[in-house]
Amino acid sequence: MLADRDRIFTNLYGLHSPGLKAAQMRGAWDGTKFLLEKGRDWVINEMKASGLRGRGGAGFPTGLKWSFMPKQSDGRPHYLVVNADESEPGTCKDREIMRHDPHLLIEGCLIASFAMGAHACYIYIRGEYVREREALQRAIDEAYDARLVGKDNVHGWPFDIYVHHGAGAYICGEETALLESLEGKKGMPRLKPPFPANMGLYGCPTTVNNVESIAVAGTILRRGAAWFAGIGRPNNVGTKLFCVSGHVNTPCNVEEEMGITFRELIDRHCGGIRGGWDNLLCVIPGGSSVPLVPAHEIADAYMDFDTLRGLKSGLGTAAVIVMDKSTDIVRAIARLSYFYKHESCGQCTPCREGTGWMWRVLTRMAEGRAQKREIDMLLDVTYQVEGHTICALGDAAAWPVQGLIRHFRHEIEKRIDEYAANPADAGVRDPEMMAAE
Amino acid sequence: MSVRRLAAQEVQPASFAFTPENAEWAGRQIAKYPEGRQASAVIPLLWKAQEQSGGWVPEAAIRHIAGMLGMPYIRVLEVATFYTMFALEPVGEHFVQLCGTTPCMLRGAEALKKVCHDVIGPQKTVTADGKLSWLEVECLGACCNAPMVQIGYDYYEDLTPESFAALLEDLRAGRPVKPGPQNGRHASEPKDAVKTLTDPALFDGSMVGAWKKRFAEEDAKAKAEAAGQAVAAAANPEPAKPEPTRAEQQKSDSPVARTARGKAPVSAEAREASGNSASSEATTKRRAKTAATVEPTDGSGTKRKR
Amino acid sequence: MPKLIIDGQEVEVPAEYTLLQACEEAGAEIPRFCYHERLSIAGNCRMCLVEVKGGPPKPVASCAMGVRDLRPGPNGEPPVVMTKSPMVKKAREGVMEFLLINHPLDCPICDQGGECDLQDQAMAYGVDTSRFHENKRAVEDKYIGPLVKTSMNRCIHCTRCVRFTAEVAGVGDLGAIGRGEDMEITTYLEHALGSELQANVIDLCPVGALTSKPYAFKARPWELTKTESVDVMDAVGSAIRVDSRGREVMRILPRINDAVNEEWISDKTRFVWDGLKTQRLDRPYLRENGRLRAASWAEAFAAIAARVKTAAPGRIGAIAGDLASVEDMFALKSLMTALGSANIDCRQDGAALDPANGRASYIFNPTIEGIEQADAILIVGSNPRREAPVLNARIRKRWRMAPVAIGVVGESVDLTYSYDYLGAGPDTLADIVAGKGAFAEAFARAERPLVIVGQGALAREDGAAVLSLAARVAGRDGWNGLAVLHTAASRVGGLDLGFVPGEGGLTAPAMAGTGALDVLFLLGADEIDVAPGAFVVYQGTHGDRGAHRADVILPGATYTEKSGLYVNTEGRVQRANRAVFPPGDAREDWAILRALSDVLGKRLPFDSLDALRQALVAAHPHFARIDEIEPADAGALARLAKTKAKPGKAPFASPITDFYLTNPIARASAVMADCSALAAGRLPQAAE
Repeated sequence: MLADRDRIFTNLYGLHSPGLKAAQMRGAWDGTKFLLEKGRDWVINEMKASGLRGRGGAGFPTGLKWSFMPKQSDGRPHYLVVNADESEPGTCKDREIMRHDPHLLIEGCLIASFAMGAHACYIYIRGEYVREREALQRAIDEAYDARLVGKDNVHGWPFDIYVHHGAGAYICGEETALLESLEGKKGMPRLKPPFPANMGLYGCPTTVNNVESIAVAGTILRRGAAWFAGIGRPNNVGTKLFCVSGHVNTPCNVEEEMGITFRELIDRHCGGIRGGWDNLLCVIPGGSSVPLVPAHEIADAYMDFDTLRGLKSGLGTAAVIVMDKSTDIVRAIARLSYFYKHESCGQCTPCREGTGWMWRVLTRMAEGRAQKREIDMLLDVTYQVEGHTICALGDAAAWPVQGLIRHFRHEIEKRIDEYAANPADAGVRDPEMMAAE
Repeated sequence: MSVRRLAAQEVQPASFAFTPENAEWAGRQIAKYPEGRQASAVIPLLWKAQEQSGGWVPEAAIRHIAGMLGMPYIRVLEVATFYTMFALEPVGEHFVQLCGTTPCMLRGAEALKKVCHDVIGPQKTVTADGKLSWLEVECLGACCNAPMVQIGYDYYEDLTPESFAALLEDLRAGRPVKPGPQNGRHASEPKDAVKTLTDPALFDGSMVGAWKKRFAEEDAKAKAEAAGQAVAAAANPEPAKPEPTRAEQQKSDSPVARTARGKAPVSAEAREASGNSASSEATTKRRAKTAATVEPTDGSGTKRKR
Repeated sequence: MPKLIIDGQEVEVPAEYTLLQACEEAGAEIPRFCYHERLSIAGNCRMCLVEVKGGPPKPVASCAMGVRDLRPGPNGEPPVVMTKSPMVKKAREGVMEFLLINHPLDCPICDQGGECDLQDQAMAYGVDTSRFHENKRAVEDKYIGPLVKTSMNRCIHCTRCVRFTAEVAGVGDLGAIGRGEDMEITTYLEHALGSELQANVIDLCPVGALTSKPYAFKARPWELTKTESVDVMDAVGSAIRVDSRGREVMRILPRINDAVNEEWISDKTRFVWDGLKTQRLDRPYLRENGRLRAASWAEAFAAIAARVKTAAPGRIGAIAGDLASVEDMFALKSLMTALGSANIDCRQDGAALDPANGRASYIFNPTIEGIEQADAILIVGSNPRREAPVLNARIRKRWRMAPVAIGVVGESVDLTYSYDYLGAGPDTLADIVAGKGAFAEAFARAERPLVIVGQGALAREDGAAVLSLAARVAGRDGWNGLAVLHTAASRVGGLDLGFVPGEGGLTAPAMAGTGALDVLFLLGADEIDVAPGAFVVYQGTHGDRGAHRADVILPGATYTEKSGLYVNTEGRVQRANRAVFPPGDAREDWAILRALSDVLGKRLPFDSLDALRQALVAAHPHFARIDEIEPADAGALARLAKTKAKPGKAPFASPITDFYLTNPIARASAVMADCSALAAGRLPQAAE
């Protein structure tokens, strides 16, 4: 288990004050000026050396991303935009940072902005997080009052930080959709290239980072890249917030080292699987967008990017959704399909049309009202969506369905057989979710 | 998402204008964005209009905001219909948004939906007393505290059908309610089993500044090298509190270090120790050892439940 | 220029090309719905997917990928693109399937049938069966005005219409509300679109979601005879295609002409065709005892001959209207010359434009395409949005391309782009000429300034003085920025012909005055009030103002019923072609004049249109050069600048108050009447 002293988010559970004084006692804002004085290149190199991979789901190296920003401004301002539109089902880690450890985030914003020549930072927080937004704003006000940030601050890097919020759209977690939304438009992802580092917010060079990626920056620089890189497994280093939900005895958020095994994570922090390990059916290890992994494959797997990719899934946001054998797995995935249909922005054809199609077919399958040949058809539809869309939402909608068919085809077939044997008995399970609109 | 339409003409107010207080607030929002980018404030302004109008966005507000921000009406309507938190029709005084996505569904959101049906009625209908209405929404991002609902601006978490029904009754009756987990939890910690973040040194300020030693060491080393003499020892300060970090202790036996030396990330002997699950076995052992050295007082950390 | 290998063939294309353009360069056909050359790139239909070797193992939207964004191979080999690989085929089939699952298969009752991109591409790139067994989406149809009919079930969400209205038309009217599969195209609360170019969305819509309301269920494209022609509703001379069936014009569509209208036409151009069928003069009429009665051609000619013979040559005159072709005016001028009269004029509005000052004094010298090169634009006494919507779109295009100073002297109206409003009248213009004010300074620094002078600045007492002022700031070395914006299709042709008063001749307003003439010919001149007294011969097409005043009516042919030359405001000679025959006894105008000349004993020396044209070209060689602009001598600017007249004080006002009702054909159109009423706020919104 990760030692308490190696944990970055020391107030994860909000048992202590989120205020500035307490945060400083916990190590936030400690020597920030000293770090900035080491220079921009040092910061970026240290971040690169730390091996931090973006915590928003894609796992792109954070230091490398920072280095994409133009070294010299061509007259356009640079922007840092923090993606706090935490909406991936299963994920609730950034919420804890913003309401319990906001100063780590604010400090990280300053450091990151300094590293990429930005004097303004927007934190885009999802609309539902009203209280979190208020908490974050309180912390920012504290930081302004203490002249930690602001046009004329003690760190000598003029810097403004603003909280912006959304209003209920999962797609705004996609970085270019987020920028569109921040510009006051519908959150529809942009075509890439050009990438935000060239043409981002208001057409200016912009980097979009996840809350957790930014919030760990200060501690990494203080403790050193070697410290961070020394935790975890090669190419999958550092500490990570895991959000464990679903059928475990004590669901919780916890900061652990990357590459902890699933079993250790669950046993140590979550009180084990509900009904014991034999009752485990499957796990979605990285938020709803990644395919599920059946019990026997996940139980002793390392929870990191590369291992889970090897299991044809992914670490994503490290939102671990545990399902025991009481789960109606087809319905559970059908519900996710509904989510993606609901959240598709509607811009490009495969996602707009495909998400609704997949949901409708899956809903029938959950009730058994389908043909077995439709399973392969559904799989084919997922491949027609995957990789054909502007953003990754198409992939995210396709993968859970692929995971279901890969591992639970027999379950779907069983439903179909049951329904065919006795269609009169099988009522519509959920009229609310009835497909035929 | 289904088709979202503006409320019927009969319920639409004829006009809308921000209260002086809200207008001033709106001005501050617009000021957050660069010159000429005032359209950025459209979501906050619609939000405020919704708040001012009792929880929904009237058509007149869309035109008012479009005028304020110099946007065509249709662009503001696009935004209002795209983002699902904008209610386009009147809602109850306490508007219940019930998360129905899989993580909450696994923990019993469907039972909560039944409670809503029983207590309030079908979705999008306001109770006769105007107190309650509900809507099933998508993941609200509190999955470790599932199942949960959002009522107004507050989250109510770790619900059971019983506690939820009681909550609704309390709200309807105007009794005070406590937001957050309803089962005695503080936040998203493991209920009654917090094993982490217990080290008092994290909170008493004793770790502040300790990290600077590393830079001092590096500086000294650089200086020593520059001088070409082995004077590093003299420059080495006394170890400050806290103890050397884990990374320093572990450097020689971390998976990273091992890989760097060309070995398997998990040591061979550990692998041999237990057949198929060797690697996890080994990691656990190694972790147990680490935990023991770093946190000698925390015995529970070394236990294995298998 | 970067090299690419497309389907095994190496091509070299400019770096700013998109992959789609590069593929077309290599001869590969790329299906597309959302992509359109003249709109921003949306990349949302995903039909144009191609395979790029070396990239991620997924297809790439070729419309959105720039050639310069492709990476060469490890040894610098050109990037390899495949448009026919199995991956591409599968991807296209997949996208096509998605497009069709919620598309109603109502092609038999869809007006787009036969010219539908979705139909065509489904045939070429789709599969023949559907695997979709759920209910199809149903979408409520929207009211978006009297011109565009919606059938929203068919919409494939390509957003071309939204982009067109926002980008080209410059009105923020259309949008896509909602999201996901429930996204819907609509206007705000189903208000009518407020653009004069709105109906272009019908052409842009790749499916049958937006179709022509007036043309609804009238014809199938394969039944129609297509005639390429030019438009005469304004002086832009947009390229059009007239689709006819039998004797009827069924619809009018734009043709591509990058130099003039790109591929847009105004709503008046497109929908005026119902006016071609109503209020038509289909036989000659004679006024007897104050009432018009139908007559034979012989009776009508005899009545005219009787009056002409008794009138002195100086008491005979002719005014050419706004829709007259060059040939008609040439024939009429020849006839008047033969009769010995110098009283001819093609300027009904009395605009102060004189061919004697040189051609450069009355044409749009910088050309319409040249607007895109302008680095400062001054609009004087014109509302280009109403006077020439397509040209206005070009100004807007220039304004969108890069910052440009635009100033307006005249009415302060919404032109769809932002401008500096400088003032209302000649005083302001004089200040600019004198270099007063920030705009004047910027304008003086411009290398390619554009001074658009409208008829609102010229058709007035001090018109010559205003033109002189404008000419003083419009010239630069090698650049003539004087841009006279005409509103009448016939005007430049008439000025080129010299259809203006000869030695001692009367101008149009003078001719129309009380007691000026004994006999007055009106060649489709409906925009002028003729005082009582003179014997008026009206030769034209519609029972409009001219016909009401007439003593003899000679039924002529409209622009779709005859072959004729028109010269647009740039001075570009273009030919309109006959799509259908004139109704009833109506005849082509040159032939009427030729026959009349015989009766008057002044037989014109041409027996056919060809012979007329030979005579015309002999007199004015540039009319032979179709689609070209005869270069005009910029020396005219200096001559104009020397004019001594003093401008007045009155503010400028555009001559067009109602865009939809500017000529007899438009005034006979029920569709234009609807639009006019709607624009004036008289028609209730949304047919609910």
